[in-house]
Amino acid sequence: MKKPSESKGEVALFVTCLVDLMRPEVGFASASLIEAAGFEVVVPKGQSCCGQPNYNGGDRNAARRMAERTIALLQRYERVVVPSGSCAAMIKLHYPSLFDEADALFGKARALADKTQELTTFLAANGYVPAVKLAATRVTYHDSCSGLRELGIHDQPRALLRRIDGLRLVELSEPEVCCGFGGTFCIKYPDISNRMVSNKTADIAATGASVVAMGDVGCLMNIEGRLRREGSSVRACHVAELLAGTLETPGGN
Amino acid sequence: MEIDSGAFVEKARVALADPTLQHALKHIKHGFVEARARAAENLPGFESMRDHARDIKARTIANLADYLEQFEANVTSVGGHVHWARDAEEARRIVGDICRQAGARTVTKSKSMVTEEIELNAYLEAQGIVPVETDLGEYIIQLRKEKPSHIIAPVIHLSKAQVADTFHEHHAQYGFHERLTERGDMVREARSILRERFVAADVGITGANFLIAETGSAVVVTNEGNADLTASLPDTHIVVTGIEKLVPTLDDCHTLLRLLTRSATGQDITTYMSFFTGPRRGGDLSGPSAFHVVLVDNGRSDMIGTEFEEMLRCIRCGACLNHCPVYANIGGHAYGSVYPGPMGAVLTPSLSGIEKAGHLPNASTVCGRCEEVCPVRIPLPRMMRHWREREFERHLSPRGMRWGMGFWAVLTDHPRTYRIGLWIASRALRLIAWRGWISRLPLAGGGWTAFRDMRAPSGGTFQRQWRKRGGRR
Ligand code: SF4
Repeated sequence: MKKPSESKGEVALFVTCLVDLMRPEVGFASASLIEAAGFEVVVPKGQSCCGQPNYNGGDRNAARRMAERTIALLQRYERVVVPSGSCAAMIKLHYPSLFDEADALFGKARALADKTQELTTFLAANGYVPAVKLAATRVTYHDSCSGLRELGIHDQPRALLRRIDGLRLVELSEPEVCCGFGGTFCIKYPDISNRMVSNKTADIAATGASVVAMGDVGCLMNIEGRLRREGSSVRACHVAELLAGTLETPGGN
Repeated sequence: MEIDSGAFVEKARVALADPTLQHALKHIKHGFVEARARAAENLPGFESMRDHARDIKARTIANLADYLEQFEANVTSVGGHVHWARDAEEARRIVGDICRQAGARTVTKSKSMVTEEIELNAYLEAQGIVPVETDLGEYIIQLRKEKPSHIIAPVIHLSKAQVADTFHEHHAQYGFHERLTERGDMVREARSILRERFVAADVGITGANFLIAETGSAVVVTNEGNADLTASLPDTHIVVTGIEKLVPTLDDCHTLLRLLTRSATGQDITTYMSFFTGPRRGGDLSGPSAFHVVLVDNGRSDMIGTEFEEMLRCIRCGACLNHCPVYANIGGHAYGSVYPGPMGAVLTPSLSGIEKAGHLPNASTVCGRCEEVCPVRIPLPRMMRHWREREFERHLSPRGMRWGMGFWAVLTDHPRTYRIGLWIASRALRLIAWRGWISRLPLAGGGWTAFRDMRAPSGGTFQRQWRKRGGRR
């Protein structure tokens, strides 16, 4: 950990519920990347879910409560970084829409939105250069929907990945088509979701890549789970894991 | 409007397993998605044109009553008639009355989703009037007694062989006994039959892509020219369309037309663009002697001032359908509604009530691709979410989901409980895993593991491990 004197400042890492529960490795990889970019990492205590499941499920009141909590928790930090395009978009775009403009919370939501960044956007904006080396690896990248369309995350992760020594980035034929995760969609409409993720795994196979990277743990679980069920040897990972070089030795115990 | 969204899950499953349909749906990607992308790229200023189009339509909707009055006055001044239909029943009755007065036995039809919406054909048939669809696609599904599965490509769900069979079966009565398999031959055969219908028809009914307030014109675009023949050969022309089709000026119409064709099929321009303004006047060599416009409300004006007002900007280009990954895999019939896909998910509940359209706004991953391509920038995902909110408020969402979301909200509200809950979940997942993977989950998770495995968490939650390692917080 860097000493405060040489640090560019403090970053609050909002890990998202899926990283917290399903993929702690992504949290550790993100923390190490933020540090490598010259910042100090804090993980504010008491964080939970950004509220997306309730927001998309039509439970606006609960989503608002969850937003209030998150705003209260994060507002004192100068920068907030989220290793997920959809959760970052929830905070940046949807939080302000949950409050009346006359409401004091609207201003606070806006303020939080302004200082929140998705991980690869943050790294790219702060001139981070990956230090990791790979043995020649063909990697493809899936654009997660919210990050791509709501936050314009497209070039940032690609630029970062391309700078990894030994990594060759190959494009999917339809990188921007949804993988079928969609929060509760995958549970409510399993047949359709399955077809969508199967299209995605077929697209991945056609690239000949051995790794597929993406920026959201929801899509990651979906694509990885399908690859595994199909008996594919392609590894699915979060971009942060590739950049931090923790893919083969995940950060867990 | 007949809605059958309750069977969505079952119909979607059938659609996914239908190889002919699946093959047919592949055309969407190459025929429409790629063509639109090329067209958008080749037109400088395409994006700002979309902003302009959105503004035109927003302004029109905001002053709809005024523009409608202007439109009516201009139609009347050139000798046409405007009729106002509050709902489907009234619309059917008005059309029926005009047909009866014209002594109609055969009616040709072209390009009207609204007549599908108000189920006009069944009504006319019950009155002893024979409606003949003249758009090739509509004609095919009329023969097959099916419904359109796409708002601009009604037979996108059919294969060429199915069309060949349909013609073979139905055209024998006209003396055509050979089963044709070449596209050109099939079109020629259908055309020769339709030609006679065009001439025989007493009334022609078209829809309208746009109505122009400043001129009182109805605008129809087609690639087959059938709208022209429908509108100008019979003695009476009836335009049946929704009140939201209005645009203020000819210039506005021009902007929207440029976007419509490019968004729909990727064409710079369609083969036929027809502007119908009033009946035949002195000196005109052809055209109907009576021109009627039936303006259908059927729930549209109720959308004004609500979260769904922006949906009235829709110009029915179908781009949202073509780009929707759910639509692309199940086709239009699964939605059980005249208007399928993302636009239908918002419009259908607005027109017929959310009670009947329950699945539609839910059957989307809100991936946002529809909004990305919508020429008039309708925030479709946001409006689907609004419908979900209405369902939630009225306790229409599935109970399991309501409970799940309620439970999650309570958990996240209490940091300690959340931490413990996640810790338990993390342990539990590791316990049921085998070599780090889970291939069978209970309850709602069954939907997940029916088709996918799940990697079990490797250790405790991130937050717990972070603290254990002495990380800052
Ligand atoms: S909602 Fe937009 S994209 Fe869909 S049909 Fe209407 S205008 Fe076209």
